[in-house]
Order: sequence, then C-alpha cells, then structure tokens
Amino acid sequence: MSDIAIKLENISKRYRLGLVGSNTLKGDMQAWWYRIRGKEDPLLKIGQENTLGKAGGDYVWALKDINLEVKQGEILGIIGKNGAGKSTLLKLLSQVTGPTTGAIKVKGRIASLLEVGTGFHPELTGKENIFLNGAILGMTKNDIKLKLDEIVEFAGVAKYLDTPVKRYSSGMYVRLAFAVAAHLEPDILVVDEVLAVGDAEFQKKAIGKMQDVSKGGGRTVLFVSHNLNSVSLLCSKAILLENGRIVYRNKTDNVIDRYIANKNILKGQEINFNNVKRKKSEIFFNKLKFINYPIKFGENIELELKIVSIDNNKFNDLDIGIGIQDSKQKRIIHVSNKFINKEITHKSNNQRYLIKISNNLAPGLYSLTLFLKTGDIIQDWMQDILQFEIADGNPYNFMNTKLITGIIFPKFEINQI
Amino acid sequence: MRKTVDKSPENWTMIIKPKRHLLDVNLKELWKYRDLIALFVKRDFVATYKQTILGPLWFLIQPLLSTMMYVLVFGNIAKISTDGLPQVLFYMSGVVGWTYFSTALRSTSSTFTANAGIFGKVYFPRLALPISTVISGLVQFFIQFTFLLCFMAYYGIIGADFTPNMYVLLIPVLILLMAGLGLGFGILISAMTTKYRDLSNLVGFGVQLWMYATPVIYPISTIPEEYKIYVQANPLTPVIESFRFALLGKGNFEPMALLYSFGFMVVLLTAGVLVFNKVEQSFMDTV
Repeated sequence: MSDIAIKLENISKRYRLGLVGSNTLKGDMQAWWYRIRGKEDPLLKIGQENTLGKAGGDYVWALKDINLEVKQGEILGIIGKNGAGKSTLLKLLSQVTGPTTGAIKVKGRIASLLEVGTGFHPELTGKENIFLNGAILGMTKNDIKLKLDEIVEFAGVAKYLDTPVKRYSSGMYVRLAFAVAAHLEPDILVVDEVLAVGDAEFQKKAIGKMQDVSKGGGRTVLFVSHNLNSVSLLCSKAILLENGRIVYRNKTDNVIDRYIANKNILKGQEINFNNVKRKKSEIFFNKLKFINYPIKFGENIELELKIVSIDNNKFNDLDIGIGIQDSKQKRIIHVSNKFINKEITHKSNNQRYLIKISNNLAPGLYSLTLFLKTGDIIQDWMQDILQFEIADGNPYNFMNTKLITGIIFPKFEINQI
Repeated sequence: MRKTVDKSPENWTMIIKPKRHLLDVNLKELWKYRDLIALFVKRDFVATYKQTILGPLWFLIQPLLSTMMYVLVFGNIAKISTDGLPQVLFYMSGVVGWTYFSTALRSTSSTFTANAGIFGKVYFPRLALPISTVISGLVQFFIQFTFLLCFMAYYGIIGADFTPNMYVLLIPVLILLMAGLGLGFGILISAMTTKYRDLSNLVGFGVQLWMYATPVIYPISTIPEEYKIYVQANPLTPVIESFRFALLGKGNFEPMALLYSFGFMVVLLTAGVLVFNKVEQSFMDTV
C-alpha cells in the first residue's frame, strides 16, 4: 500500500462548549487527578455527537472515529453542512490543532491554505510579503527566489511589487496570496473555501492551477467548499460529513446527490408551518405552496402564501417580505410589498397571497426566508425555512451549465461592431 | 500532536498523534524554519517605523526620559547613592539593560493570544515567533546601547570618574542572559495565559515592580545586609550589576552570581520550551 498519501485512524476531536472560564481550573484539576491515578479522564467519556443547538454536556465531538485513506494524486472533496466537521478535519490535517484521539499518518510535505493571505502584513510590500508568506507556509528563501517570477506572473501584480499591500485592491491581495500558496509545491495541499473570494476569472484560474498540481505533479489535494459546483468540477471523489462522521464516500456526483437529498429540500409543492417552533404571535404564516415545482430555469418563482390570524382578526398595514439565499446563505433576492407601495390589509383567514418573482438565477439550491410585519411589530420571521431547487438549464443553449459560474444568468449579447 | 518519523515499511514521513510527550521537542524543525525567523525580525523592524516621522529615534527618547526622571526623583530628591558614578550614566546603564529584558519578556508573553489569528490558520513551529521577537528587541537594544556609549564618551571627555574595564568582553554573555531570561519567562507566561488570562494583567505591572527588586535605580551596595539575599535571588541582579560594572567600573561583580543567573536561565528556558511545546498543540481550542 505504498500509494496512500494520508491515512487517518480513528480520529476524533473534542471541543469544550461554552465559556472557558473559572470552571476550567476545577476541570483541569479533576482530569489531572484522574490521570495520576491511572484512570481515564471521565470527561472524555461523554459520547456526544456534534448536534448544533442541542444543549447538554460541556463537551462536544466535532469529529468522531474518522477513518480515511487518501491516495496519492487524488483530489478529494469534503462536503457537509455547517458544523459537520469539515473545517475541524482540515485543521487537524494542517496541524493547527491536535486530535483528541487517533493518529494521522502522512507521506510527504503537507501545506494548508485555510485562508488566503495568512500572515500578510499590510505595511510590507508585495515582494516582502511573498517571502514572508512563503516562509510561513514552509518554504525556504531560496525556494521562493526560484519561484518568484512564476508567482508574480500568476498573480498579475508585477507593477505593484514594491507597493505596500495595504494599498492593493482586495482582488490583487487575494491573487497574490493564492499564488504564493499554489506555488509551494507541497506533496499534499489542503484547501478550505478560499475560492469564495475573488472573481470568476480568478476562480477558474485557481481551479485550473489545483488541477495541474494534482495531475501534473501527482500531488494530493483535499478540498472543502460549500460551492458544490467547484467541488464537482475539481474533485473526482468526495466524502460527506455529518455530525462529525463520514457518512458517505463515493464519486463526487453521487455524494453531492446524497448531500442534497439530506437537506430537507422541498419535495412536494406545499409546506405547512404548523410544526415550526417560533414565538407566538397574533398573525403568522401558515402554509406555502409553490405553484410550479420544481422550478425550471428562467420560470417565474410563484408562491402562494396562507397567512392566519388568531380569532380571524383583521390587520392593517402588512409587510410581507421574502428573502432568497444561495447555498452560502448569502441573500440574493429580497422582495416586499412595501417596495412597490402596495398596501395590504389582512381581512380574513381565507385570504391568500400570491407572490410572483421573475427569475434568472443559476440552477441550484436556494433557501427561503419569510418575514411578516404589521405596522412596526414583527409578527413572524422564519429564516432559511426551506430549500428549493431551480432545475438545471440556462438561457443560452449552452451544453454544460456547470461551466457558467455566475449566480445570475441574465440575457446578454456579444456582437462585433 | 506528536510527530514522529516512522520506521515501518509504509514509510510515513509524519505521524500526528494526540498526546505529545513532554520531552518531544522538535528543535530540528525550528532550525528548518530559520528563514522565517529572519523574516519575522525584518517584518517587525520595517512595520514599526513605517509612517512614523521620528522612526528609530523613539528608541532614544524612552531611555532618555526615564534617565532624566530617575536622576530627578531618586538621585536628587531621594538622594540614593550611585556608588560615586555620574547619575546619568548610572541610571542609563541600568535602564538600557533592564529595558531589553523587560521588552523581551513583555512582548513574548502575549505570543499565543496576540497571534491567535495566524496560529489558527497555518502551522509553523510556534517558537519561531517569540524567538524572532527577542531578536527584534536586540535592534532596539543596540541603538540604546550606542546612545549610552555616546553619553559615556561625553562624560569621559569632561573627566568624570568611571572606568570601563576588561569585563566589557562579557557583554555578549550578559545580552544572552537578558534575552534568555526574558524569553524564558515570556514563553512560560504566554503558555499559561492561553487558559488563564489573569496572568496577562499581572505581567504589565509585575514587570514594573520587578524593576525595583533589581538594582536598576540603586547599587546593590546600598542594600542592608539582611535583605541582600532577596535581591540576589533575583536572577537579573547579577546581570544588571555586571553590565554596569563592565561599563563603569563600579558595582558588584561576582562570577558565582553570574553563574547562578546562567543556571537559572538554562532551567527556565528548558521549562519554558517544554511547557510552550505542550500548550502549542491544543491552545487553539482554548484561546
């Protein structure tokens, strides 16, 4: 088994919940007392999984019994919800923090890119920062000197090399930082969400560079992203993390399908909010129905909302707000009857509301936020209450939608004049 | 995290395990990162003076004002003896030596908390940072030291009574002692502040109080016999006294006391590095 680059054996990572304060001294003494008597730390036995929101216990297992082998030259995608343990896993691999149990065996030099521009000092010039950042990532001065021209060219900042980076645009900053890391030539590269910054062109360049690194150099890449598109572009295999465990490992597309299937995506057209726990109010959302679902690309998003008031009361001056977020929880669309000067009075509970939103969003998953105000009182507010999908397609008759990285697919023309 | 070189047929280059043995200190790795240390020193120096008008002149203002203050308060108001040395030289030599030690201690004592951002994102031997801080401090020390030499030259010309002697050759050793003691205390405190922040509050005025337990503003000869033992237990006492003796020719020079400081430094540094090393692997979870 000589072609395994990384091997994780029973890796677990425990975090302390809540404040690290005056209680810690007591906890430390206790653990120490157990240790000198040769017993196991009792706190370690709390076998809790990382379930966000559930209280109880002072400790939480961010990762539990992870066993994983990654072959040399493989680009492995790691996907999962927020809090599934993705970043913790990468932190362990990049030695930022240590595991609680288990062992990580690594063949070759490992370099991590958990954030671009780590260690950049704003007062130093571009060139000085290349050297500093390179050294932080483990290169020697000579390594960097040999790579300097390549780095500068990739980043496209030749003109600004002697300018302090605090005067750089944010795009230049990111390009330079990525360029340094990408030219490290480690045997194993660990990358976390760095592509979220930078424009589409840069993202393409960066993905291309990572592909080169693995294909040309036989290097191993571990890649974490919320952007399922770039994961599927870059990685042939992927793992799905849930509550600190690997629940699925397969070809990337299969894993992404499984991930999407797990995310409580609207299956039918209707959803009832009766079971959604929230603060009691006098008027609230009761039901939502998508008129057309799944939504085809370019088709209007049409929602039918049922709003119910206690005792069938009448309410004046409603503000019905709807937000649509992308998979990274970034708000893309916000509509409200207030924006178009439409007065709405809730007369009876038989009243329904139809909202039509024109749509040129990219295919993919989006989440919906519902918001209801009467006058100045917030009556109901449900964030990311459901996820819905916009089916694959694009207005251009282009064969591979995945290659279009924008989040909005507007009509456009390109002509020679 | 324990990293070991595996000898099994699978040839792992590195194995990360949860509990690192107390004595498992990877100094070889630190040596590999020497370029990084050099670059950190350069960064500190460049970044401190960008966009200041006076630049390194700030280094001179601080000892000058302190010296003037001490001359006024301790020399002229409290009339504490200076062993017959010119007051300016007496205080300034103490201040210059003490400043280097206290700067080294203070700046390294916040290593973990001040650099949590970068430590949380990338791995490099954490010791590189406090070591580079202590080296950066040397730049400040040498500028202030030169300043002191200028004053000595002036007082020499006007014929004041002091005699630099052969022991100036010991000054590099004294600098090493100040650096080592500062670094040792600093990393020990920094390792402990990751969990118990209380210590960082103590450092600020603790260092200030410590100065009064060190013969910076008074010669050791003025200490009553029964208290002398306490002042001499302070590992900084022989260093400051010898520094002054070498430059000005008055004071207490005892090789054994200096040896005591040296031994103290070795023990302290070893303990500091061990504790630092131990904390390094898990501090991101508590800081």
